[in-house]
Amino acid sequence: MILITSFILIPFLAIFIIPFITFKWKGFLLFAAILVEAAISSYFAVNTLMGETYNFAFQGSLITGVINLQIDALSGWFIMIFNLIFLTGSFYGLFYMKAYKNQSHNISMHYIVMILTHASLLSICVIQNSIAFLIAWEIMAVSAFFAVIFEHEKTGTNKAGLNYLIQAHVSIVFLMLGFIYVAYKTGSYDFSAISIYSEQHAGAAVYALFIFFFIGFAIKAGFVPFHTWLPYAHPAAPAHISGIMSGVLIKAGIFGILRMLLLIKTNYTTLGYIILTFSVISGLYGVMLAIVQHNLKKLLAYHSIENIGIIGIGIGLGCVGLGSGNLILASLGFAGALLHVLNHALFKSLLFYTAGIVYQATHTLNIEQMGGLIKKMPQTALLFLLAAIAICGIPPFNGFVSEFIIYSGLFHWLQNPSLMSIIAAIMVVFGLVLIGGLALLCFTKAFGVVFLGSPRHPLHHEVKEAPFFQLLPLYILAFFIVSIGLFPKVFLSILSRPLSLFTGVTNLSFLSPNSTSIDSVQHISWMSWGLILFIFFVYLIRYFFTKNRKEIISTTWGCGYIAPTPKLQYTASSFVRSYSKLFGVLLFFNKKEKLVHGVFPKEAHYETRPYDKMEKWLIDKFLHQLTTGFNKFHFLSHGKLQFYILNGVLFILAVLFIPVIIDNILSFIAFLKQL
Amino acid sequence: MLSLLLILIAAAFFSGIIVRTKSIASGRKGPGVFQPIKDVIRLFKKGAVYSETTSIIFRIAPTIYFASVVMAILVIPFDESKGIISFKGDFIFFAYVLALGKFFNIIAAMDTGSSFEGMGASREALFSMFAEPAFFILMGSLALLTGHTSFQEIFYSLHVGSYISYAITTLATFVLIMITMIENSRMPIDDPKTHLELTMVHEVMILDNSGFDLGLILTTGYLKFAMYGALIVNLFIGMVPYQYSIPMFFIIQFIIAVVVGLIESFMARFRMGHNAQYIFALTSVSLLIFFGVLLVLEKFV
Repeated sequence: MILITSFILIPFLAIFIIPFITFKWKGFLLFAAILVEAAISSYFAVNTLMGETYNFAFQGSLITGVINLQIDALSGWFIMIFNLIFLTGSFYGLFYMKAYKNQSHNISMHYIVMILTHASLLSICVIQNSIAFLIAWEIMAVSAFFAVIFEHEKTGTNKAGLNYLIQAHVSIVFLMLGFIYVAYKTGSYDFSAISIYSEQHAGAAVYALFIFFFIGFAIKAGFVPFHTWLPYAHPAAPAHISGIMSGVLIKAGIFGILRMLLLIKTNYTTLGYIILTFSVISGLYGVMLAIVQHNLKKLLAYHSIENIGIIGIGIGLGCVGLGSGNLILASLGFAGALLHVLNHALFKSLLFYTAGIVYQATHTLNIEQMGGLIKKMPQTALLFLLAAIAICGIPPFNGFVSEFIIYSGLFHWLQNPSLMSIIAAIMVVFGLVLIGGLALLCFTKAFGVVFLGSPRHPLHHEVKEAPFFQLLPLYILAFFIVSIGLFPKVFLSILSRPLSLFTGVTNLSFLSPNSTSIDSVQHISWMSWGLILFIFFVYLIRYFFTKNRKEIISTTWGCGYIAPTPKLQYTASSFVRSYSKLFGVLLFFNKKEKLVHGVFPKEAHYETRPYDKMEKWLIDKFLHQLTTGFNKFHFLSHGKLQFYILNGVLFILAVLFIPVIIDNILSFIAFLKQL
Repeated sequence: MLSLLLILIAAAFFSGIIVRTKSIASGRKGPGVFQPIKDVIRLFKKGAVYSETTSIIFRIAPTIYFASVVMAILVIPFDESKGIISFKGDFIFFAYVLALGKFFNIIAAMDTGSSFEGMGASREALFSMFAEPAFFILMGSLALLTGHTSFQEIFYSLHVGSYISYAITTLATFVLIMITMIENSRMPIDDPKTHLELTMVHEVMILDNSGFDLGLILTTGYLKFAMYGALIVNLFIGMVPYQYSIPMFFIIQFIIAVVVGLIESFMARFRMGHNAQYIFALTSVSLLIFFGVLLVLEKFV
């Protein structure tokens, strides 16, 4: 209990001290606060992953009722992930922020909201009371908003931030409606009321309840078509915030969906199919748009949508497994999803951190202006490459492990006797394979254009590698990425507790010999080791063979052309041109062009900007109709103060008298009835 | 273990047979069957020229490409004997480890900073992406038919039930041969003997490689051919005893090589702009297999 109290007090203390100290100490205090908070929460989390469950009760207010805290294995797993990313993120952030050293107030604000985001995210994992949960959720949403608009003097940042803030509140509205409905029906704001309600009722009402929660959490997680805030907020934020947002903040949505699945007791098969549909669409749509992006961070943001889709496929599979009583399928699905949550947090934050280093070195995020950075910043390049391979789900790194588990689940599902599930399974396999292939196209483009070749744009300053300490958190993330790939069993055995919450099987471990598909993970580990060792072996042979051979350095073969310039290189747009022609139906480009005319052509230009078709149809069109609708009332805002006061008075009178009038009418009707 | 050995032997002949078939078909004298191997040995002895634009990526890529294909070969079974490693879902590993090699091949081409090699890289990435669903749906259908999820178990129990499975394997052979052609950048998709860089896919990506690295890439190409050949062989032999299956392995590999040679001699390359659609159409053949399997299992009532 004393730990919980100190957990709540530390952010307050830090908030009151941070504004009054120097830049160096601010950073120190930020890291210290997050470290202590992480230490406290990790203490609980580690114990829950060993099999313990903690329950605390706070004497809440009259409105909320008793506020229960419960730290179970699911919370524990997410708390560990949140802590890892926040620790690396804030440490990296200290160096990233050096460039803004003179904006003292701005930095104070930024550090405070980072502490708040961390604390509120951790609280979301444990709170079992709807009202307290919503408050924590709101604190998270608002503090993340302030973290995003750190560079508020830049154009577009505020707009992106506001976009996020509004959508975050749409999400809260959905959650609120869900919670209020349950409280209205059962009279309790405690989470246990949700299970009680769903056990007593069946059918449409429970599905509707789940859909409300799902939409609420899906907006946060970034499922298509609720994803439109994500590609704006991530590029606008500073790199460490993008990493944290993409790595863990959107995972709060995943956590919410998983928590609701534990609470709502209904036919899971239907929920599974709903989640699968959303997930496959998210995965495909996310990566399809990622490929055409030229802003490095925006590209990564769209990839977050894709990976949320992959996580969702795992969750959907797990639900179908639960619904049909197929516990192996359920464990494979949820294991894949939970592991992919960790994996995505690792490689996506690593990618964003490297993108931040690239941004600070080149002062641009437009990948068409980069190139050849591997020679200037080899460590950053190799870290990016590692994360890129991992995110494509290619062995020997962590992305492959979780995708393999999900694939195993899918092929296990394929053995199901019902035709419906066979066809669904093959469709999801198709989707997942296509996602993998498109991710490969996207990351070969990103890595190739940003780091390889020769510089495409002259930079007027020296580009150099980040200092070692800034790279240190990146190496820690890389270490985890590699070790999950090489020792997947260790990490999967940690998962057995959170999994047992879903499947109810406590002794299902990934080590048991009679479990069918699960022991393959051991082979994956061997193959990964084999692959790495074999690469070393072949490279060694190559080294000894070529050691004494003559090696000439020359220009790139230009097919006979002898004056190549960097402009001749393949660009990012040309790399994906055939792709964007093929998928043109699904993509949308804003074009600005001035074509060449006449015998003596003047200046011409051609510019394309990828835009989101889904956003155009769902958000922009809706907003447009909303504004035209509201414009009908434009005559009311004519700027004359007297009329405004009059309107106010009329409004107050209406509020006062309408109930009285209705009352009179009712009594008159009653009087008539008596007659 | 046996499969690795057989694939290595087959790889030594495969490309030579293709070249021989092509020269006989076009009425030329042509080089001998062992010329490709001799080429590789010559390359291994040579020094190398590296572009000044390239980085470490360019130097390690061929190694990783080679290693990835060898790792993929390790999971391929033969008859009763499993691959060096066999596990449930090994065909997922097979497809993804090949993707590692592709990834490095593509970025190595981007590393040279050449417009031609970028073009090849872009095409390779796109084509291999479209070929992948066909492979997965094919394997999924076979997994559904046999109820197993590892290469060895699938192939071993493929022909236990009835002879209808041979109809399915015939379609599967078509899909696998097409995938072989795509993965190896051969004729209907890519013309390895074209003289113009603009119309190349794979060849243009390795324009800047030379010496040992080029040798490695060529060796990997031969291995890949034999590897897919072995998969096709596996579709047919099922549980035939070794004294028949081993000769069958070489006969089928030989037939595939000759067929590839004949295709290259008598067919024109697809239009580059429409290649992606052709490859994607392969997925529909895979779906045909899938529905065939559903029919066999009497899922449609």
